[in-house]
This record gives sequence, structure tokens and C-alpha cells, in this order.
Amino acid sequence: MNKKVSVRKTYGETLAEYGKVNPDVVVLVADVSSSVQTGYFAKEFPERFFNVGIAEAGMVDTAVGLALGGMIPFVNTFAGLFLRATEQIRTCVAYAKTNVKLVGGYAGLSDFKDGPTHHSITDVAVMRAMPNMAVVVPGDPIEVKKMVKAVAEYPGPVYLQIGRADMPVIFDDNHQIKIGKGVIVREGEEVTIIANGSMLARCLEAAKVLSNEGTDVRVINMHTVKPLDISLIKESAEKTGAIVTAEEHSVIGGLGSAVAEALGKNYPVPLEQVGIADTFAETALDYDLLLDHYGMGINDIVKAVQRVLRRKNALSHSENLKK
Amino acid sequence: MAYSKELIKELEEKAQQLRLDALEMIHHRGQGHPGGALSAAEIIAALFFHHLRIDPDRPNWENRDRFILSKGHACAILYPALAGLGYFPMEDLKNWGHIGAHLQAHPDRLKTPGIEMTTGFLGHGISIGAGLCLSARLKGLDYHVYVLVGDGECQSGVLWEGVMTAAKYKLSNLTAILDYNKVQLDGPLNKIMPLEPIKEKWESFNWKTIEIDGHNIKEVLEALDKAKENKNKPTVIIAHTIKGKGVSFMENKAEWHGKAPDDNEYAQAVKELTARSF
Repeated sequence: MNKKVSVRKTYGETLAEYGKVNPDVVVLVADVSSSVQTGYFAKEFPERFFNVGIAEAGMVDTAVGLALGGMIPFVNTFAGLFLRATEQIRTCVAYAKTNVKLVGGYAGLSDFKDGPTHHSITDVAVMRAMPNMAVVVPGDPIEVKKMVKAVAEYPGPVYLQIGRADMPVIFDDNHQIKIGKGVIVREGEEVTIIANGSMLARCLEAAKVLSNEGTDVRVINMHTVKPLDISLIKESAEKTGAIVTAEEHSVIGGLGSAVAEALGKNYPVPLEQVGIADTFAETALDYDLLLDHYGMGINDIVKAVQRVLRRKNALSHSENLKK
Repeated sequence: MAYSKELIKELEEKAQQLRLDALEMIHHRGQGHPGGALSAAEIIAALFFHHLRIDPDRPNWENRDRFILSKGHACAILYPALAGLGYFPMEDLKNWGHIGAHLQAHPDRLKTPGIEMTTGFLGHGISIGAGLCLSARLKGLDYHVYVLVGDGECQSGVLWEGVMTAAKYKLSNLTAILDYNKVQLDGPLNKIMPLEPIKEKWESFNWKTIEIDGHNIKEVLEALDKAKENKNKPTVIIAHTIKGKGVSFMENKAEWHGKAPDDNEYAQAVKELTARSF
């Protein structure tokens, strides 16, 4: 596997760098500055940094006021803790369409050692359901770096998800991103895997395994869950006839659900979802083992691809019989 | 501070006219929140027809004062004030709550000119006001931020998060006005969840407090000016008011929190409100 880099550190450093270029950026945090690494920004711009204590709901509303005054607030807490501010986010950020950037740290199971209270497997589902809200789940450290500017300059509310873990570097500095636009990371003809976040690297590994077995897999990095790149999904369905989604999130309401909605309406093909089943996980001593244990291992992706290909082949077989 | 008799009389008349307009709107629509609208009439009149540094011709003027109706359900008293100042035509008041109209059941900043922030669910205003004050400081602007809060929303924890934030950053450009009418949706506030000692609560959170009769224009004007003089703390004006003020059968009655008068009740209310001489 490629070199791993701490994405929370990348995020914190990039935010401080970007703060130099954009004087309107302000940062709010609810007593988790050392965890989500907003300390770099605080050191550089103490007057633009606001630690409001353990008060997530009030923090979101305070950010709303800053946005009304023309600032671009980056609001930071654990992804799971943003649920505490859901009504504030719905009413004052999404409905009022204020230019607030919510950054959910310690996403997915990445805070493996702190257990299910600290895991976050529903944040994408909750945020995605809100009108006006963009939802972004970067797939590697380079993408995290590039997203800080993209999120700041995107007009309106954005939810940006950042994990606690180190992530393998997939892209180089020339990597181009645009919120709302998926990226084909690997070309293939037989099946498409659509992934984001930490699962992207695992899907690329799975694609290698499958390639060695003679299966030709397309891999798409869907860093934006909303607005969803429906045309790329439709084009992939038409081209490969089978889709697998992979995300470090509940299979209810996240990327897999978004893709299923798009396929159902535009071009139904067999779909398999890799993610956390409708269950809470548990405490673990190791992040990768926890992902493997809860159905997000490389082998789980391989098996999902094999399942979806069987369904695709069965479909084409029955269609041939009809002819 | 001295305020001319003419000014006080004018603002008293404005407040009474706002009450009539609010009730006309609520009656016409068949829905709305008369109790908490009527209790805030003098506060809204004093702010919008005298105190606020605003210019309806420049609703996006960067250095304008900001007003946030945290108790968004009282918008029937705010909309006619905005219309009266020319933010939108008076005729629009008749379309309140219709599909396609800009006047929503609760204030919507994206639809209605002059509305600074979307409100409706309670408890948000103080934190939002604090954020606005922080951005004024960062942008080197000297506007003042006013937040009208209901007493019921002082029961919500998130409100006090904003109170702490405003105190921590010494936001003296923030003034909260508490419309302390002591009645909420489900009944008397003291029975649902008491707030007393409310003055001491705010003071212990490091806010300056001013206690007034919220139906006395002179006291409202004095308190608003005094709050601006304060240089190192936010201020809350605790305005003692009467829910449904001005209409005898609505006063202090929880049942008038959120229902419209029928034709007879409306006629009676108008009679009472117009009978008052200045």
C-alpha cells in the first residue's frame, strides 16, 4: 500500500495556510482543537479562532451569525457530535442557506479506540437529507488538502468529512477536484465500484485482486455525495452494467443509497453495497481490523463485485432466453 | 436622557397601529400568534421607528444595525413595521402565508426584505447575534446587534450557550431584549418551567441587565440607549410585558399564544385598540 498521511493534520495545516490567502475564513471549535487539529489556524490567527467549549449547537448558530456578517466559518467537531446540532444545521444553515462550512472530524470508525459513542456512521445520511447542503467525503490526503479551498469557495453550506486515521496517498499534486464531479480513478469494462473516503484505497486494492483474476473493474472516486454526479453514475451503469458502492458509513442513507436512488431513476442495473450494516460497531484496538470485522475489508469488496457480476450475468442470460 | 413628548406620543401611536395591523393580518389569514406579537409592540415600534440605524433603501448596507427576531412566531408585529418603513408594500401583508408570497409564517431572510435572519424554532437568536457581533469586530464595523428573545426560549439550553459566548468575547455591541410576558404555549411560564431569578441568571453569566416596563415607550428608549453605552459586556433588557397586551380578552391568556380571532373577536379587539386615546 501507498505511504500513509494523517488527514486531520493535513486538514489543520491546510486550513492555516488557506487562512493566509483568505482573510474572511474564521474557525470555530467545540473543545476538540487538539483532536481535529485546528490549533495550527489558532496559532496563526488567534483573532479569527473561536473555541466555544462543549457547546456544539451554540457553535453552529454562532457560525451562522459570522456567515451573515460576511465571514466564511469552518465549524469543527466530531462528525458524531454534529448530530447534537442537527436542528441548528437544518434551520439556520440549510434552510437559511448561510455560508457555513461544517467539518466533521473523527468520521466513520476512525476513532476505533473510543468505541461506538465516538464512531459516526449516520452523518452523511443526515446531512445529505437537508436541502441546500453539499456533502463531501475526500478519498486521500491530497484530496483533503485540495478540498479546503474548494469548500471555502463553494457558495453555500457544505459538510466536509475528515477521518482521524492516516490515509494512503492515492493522488499527486496535479489531482484536480470539483465539488459535484466524480473522478474515474481506474478504467474498466465489466463492473464499476463507486467509493469515497477511506474505502477508495481499499477499492483500488480490491480492483487489483480482481484484475489478477481476470475481472476488469472501473473505480470511481465519488468524493461528493451531494450534489451527486448522476451523469457519471448513469454512464458507468450503461457501460459496465453492474455497480458496487463502498463507504465507511451505514448502508442506510449514505453514498450507497444515493447511488441506488440515481440508478433506480436513471438506469437500473444490479447494485451491491459495501458499508456498515444497520448496526453499531464496537471498540477495537486497530482501525483496519475494525473495518474488516464490520464488512468493509478488501475481501468484502471483492465478494460484492463477484456477487454483482453473477446477478448481471444472470440478467443477461434471462434476456437472451427471452430473445 | 430626554425624549420629546411628541416622539413618545408618535411611537405610542405606532405601537398601537402595529397591534391593529398584526391582528388584521392574523384575522385575515386565520392563523398566527397574537399573544407574543402584541406584547412586543412598543419594543418593535421604538426600535424600528426611532432607534435602529437602518436604511430601507439600502437593505444590504454593510454597517446597518442588525435586528433578529429570535421569537420568530411574533412576526405579525414585525412585518407591518418593515412594510411601514418601505421594505415592501403594505399590500403584501394580506398575502401572508399564501403559496408564492414572500411573507412566510415565520421570518425568512431569503424571501422577505428587511429580515436579517430566518427564525421560527426557538433558542437560536443569541448565538447568531454573537456571531454577527464577532464579524463586525473582525471587519472593523461599528453596527449594533439587537435580538428579541421570548421568555419561553430562555428554557432552552442552547440559548445559554450563546449567552456564554457573548460574555466570553465581551460583545458590548450585542443587546438582547427579553419580552418577558410570562405566558407560553402550554400555560403560565412559572408552571411550565420557572425562570426566576432571571435577572440574577443573566448577571451571573456576565451580562449587564436593565429591567423595564416593556410597554412604556420612554423606558424602552432609555434602556436601548443605555445598553449602547456599555463598553465591555453584552446587555439584556428585561422588558416586563403582558401577553396579548391591549386586547382585554387576550391578555395573559395562553390560549391566545397561537390562534386567530374570529370575526366577532376581531371586531371587539379593534374596538378596544382604537378606543385608547393618546
